[in-house]
Amino acid sequence: MTTTTDRPVQEASQTPPAPGGSPRLSDRGLAVAFISPALLLLLGMSVFPLLWALYLSFTDYSATRDVPANFIGLRNYTDILTSDQVRIRALTTLIYVVGAVTLQTVLGFAIAYLISRRTKGRGALTTLFLVPMMLSPVVVGLFWKFMLDAQFGVINSMLGSLGFGQVEWLTRQRTALFSLIVVDTWQWTPFIMLIALAGLTAVPNYLYEAASIDRASEWFRFRHITLPMVWPLLLIAVMFRAIEAFRLFDLVYILTSGGPGVSTETLSFHVYKVAFLGFNTGTASAYGILMVLVVIVLAQFYLRYLNKLKEG
Amino acid sequence: MAISIDEAVPAPAQAAEDAPAGRRRGGTARRVIEVVLLVALAVAMLFPVLWMLETSIKENRDVYAVPAKFFNFDFTTIHYKDVFVGRDGGRSDLSGSFLNSVIVAGASTILATVLGVPAAWAYSRFTLKAKKDQLFFILSTRFMPPVVVVIPIFLMYRELGLIDSKLGLVLIYAAFNVPFTIWMMKGFVDEVPAEYEDAAMLDGYTRLQAFRKFTLPLLVPGIAATAVFALIFSWNEFVFAIFLTSSQEVRTAPPAIAGLIGGTTVDWGLVAASAVVFALPVLVFAFLVRKHLVAGVTLGAVRR
Repeated sequence: MTTTTDRPVQEASQTPPAPGGSPRLSDRGLAVAFISPALLLLLGMSVFPLLWALYLSFTDYSATRDVPANFIGLRNYTDILTSDQVRIRALTTLIYVVGAVTLQTVLGFAIAYLISRRTKGRGALTTLFLVPMMLSPVVVGLFWKFMLDAQFGVINSMLGSLGFGQVEWLTRQRTALFSLIVVDTWQWTPFIMLIALAGLTAVPNYLYEAASIDRASEWFRFRHITLPMVWPLLLIAVMFRAIEAFRLFDLVYILTSGGPGVSTETLSFHVYKVAFLGFNTGTASAYGILMVLVVIVLAQFYLRYLNKLKEG
Repeated sequence: MAISIDEAVPAPAQAAEDAPAGRRRGGTARRVIEVVLLVALAVAMLFPVLWMLETSIKENRDVYAVPAKFFNFDFTTIHYKDVFVGRDGGRSDLSGSFLNSVIVAGASTILATVLGVPAAWAYSRFTLKAKKDQLFFILSTRFMPPVVVVIPIFLMYRELGLIDSKLGLVLIYAAFNVPFTIWMMKGFVDEVPAEYEDAAMLDGYTRLQAFRKFTLPLLVPGIAATAVFALIFSWNEFVFAIFLTSSQEVRTAPPAIAGLIGGTTVDWGLVAASAVVFALPVLVFAFLVRKHLVAGVTLGAVRR
C-alpha cells in the first residue's frame, strides 16, 4: 500500500492510514459529521415541535392569553374523541379521502393503460398529462374556484349551452364536497398515472409473447399478467395519495374554507380553525397529535410495504 | 438530461399486433375507441390550464362574459403588466412577493442540499446502527400534516423572533426538504460503485478526499435533479407561508396570489396572469427533470 508510486503529490507528506482499527474509526467520525447536521435540523424543526405539541395537548394553553398553561390531563383527548363535531369532520375526511383516491386510481390507471398501448407520441402525451400535478395547490384551487363560479364560471356556461341549469358547485352542501373531490382528482390523477405507467412499461415482453402463443384472451392477459405486475407499484401510489389526501389543507382553504356550513370541513381544516381562529392551542395540539398518530400508522404501512417490495 | 421520456420509458409489449387475422377488425375498432378515449381525457385534463392561459390574456369584460367566450375575445397584456407594475407605476406588491419566493425557495434548497447530500452519502456507504430505522424515521417526518406542525412551530418562532421572517421560512422549508433530499440522493449514491472510493483510498486519498474528488463529480446530475424538486416543493408551498408570515416584505408568492381573492371584487384576469407567471418556472423545471419524476414525486421512495 505504501509502495504506490503514482500517489498524488499533495498527498506525499501524508502517510496512508494503516489497515485495521483507525480507518474504521475515522469512517465512523465522518459518518457522524455528515449525518448529524441533517438530523439536528430535523430534531429542531420536526421532533421538538411535536414534543412541544404533545406537552401542550395535556394543558388548556391558549396562544393569545398571557396565562401560564394549566395541566388538565387527558381532558382534551376525551373531549375530542367523544365530540359529535369531530365525528362529522372525520366522516367528511373519510368520504373525501376514499372518494378522491378511488377516482384518481381508476382514472389514472385507465390513462396509463391507454398510453402504454400507444406506440407513437407516448412521451409527449405523458408530459401533457403531468401538467396538473406540478401546479401549486394555490393555483389549482384559485383556478377551479373561478371555473366553478355559479354566475360566470365556464363549467356552468358549458352546462348551460348543453341545456342544463346552473349548479352552485361550491356553495351548496351536497355539491361542495363533490367539487372538492373533483378538483383533487383533476390534480392528482397524473400522479397515479405516472406510477402506473412505470409499472406497466416494466412488464417484460416475453410474458405477453408467451400468452399470445397460448392464445390467451385479452382479458386473461390483463388479469393474469398486467395487473399482478403493476399492482405493487399501484398500491404504493394509492397509499401515498391517501396520506396526502388525509393531510390536505390548502385546497379546502382556497376553494370552500370548509363551507357551506361545515360540509367540506376536513380534520386538517378543523385543526386550523381551533388553533388559529379559536386560539384553543391546547385542544388543537391534542387534535394534531391524534392526526399525527393516524399519519404515523398510515406511513408505517406504506414504509413497511415499500421495504418488502424492495427486498422481494 | 437530454433523454426524452420515450427513451426513459421502455417500449411496451405490442402483443395486439401479433393477434390472429380474424381478430384484426375488432382490433381496429378497439384502437379507435382507445384513441378517442385518450383524446377526451387529455382535453379534460388540459382544459383548465388552457382556460387559465386564455383568461390571462382576455379583456376584463370578456373574462366575465356569459356565456363564456372561447375564441372571439379581445386580446390584452394588461393583466401581465399588472402582475409586475404597481398602480403608481413602481414595482407591484406581487412582483416583490415573487422575489421573496425566489430568495426563500433558493436559500432553503441550498441548505437542504448542503445538509442532505453528505448525509445521503454517509447512509449509502457506511454500516450504521439501525440504519433502516433511521432512514424510515427521516422520511416519516416528511409525512407530518403541515397544519399540525405549524402550531408548535408558530409558538417556537414567536419565542425566537422568527415569525414573519425569511429565515424562519427558509429553515422550515429546509427541514421539509432534507428527508426528500436524503432519500432521493441515497438512490443516486447507491448507483456509484463504492469501489471507486476504495481504489482512490488505495492510492492514498482519505475517505473524505475520495468522496470529494471522485464520487461528488459523478453525483452532480443527481444533485441537480434533487435540488430542482426541492426548489419546486418550496416554491409551491402554501400552509407555512400563510401562517408564519404576514408583512408584504416577507410574504412569498402563494399567499400573495391567494390574497388576490380576499376583497369584494376579484380581478380574475390578474389572478390568472399571476398564476401563469407563478406556474411557468415550475413547468419548465419539471420538464428538465422529467426523467426522475417517478422518484421525485414519491419523495425518492420509488425508483426504477
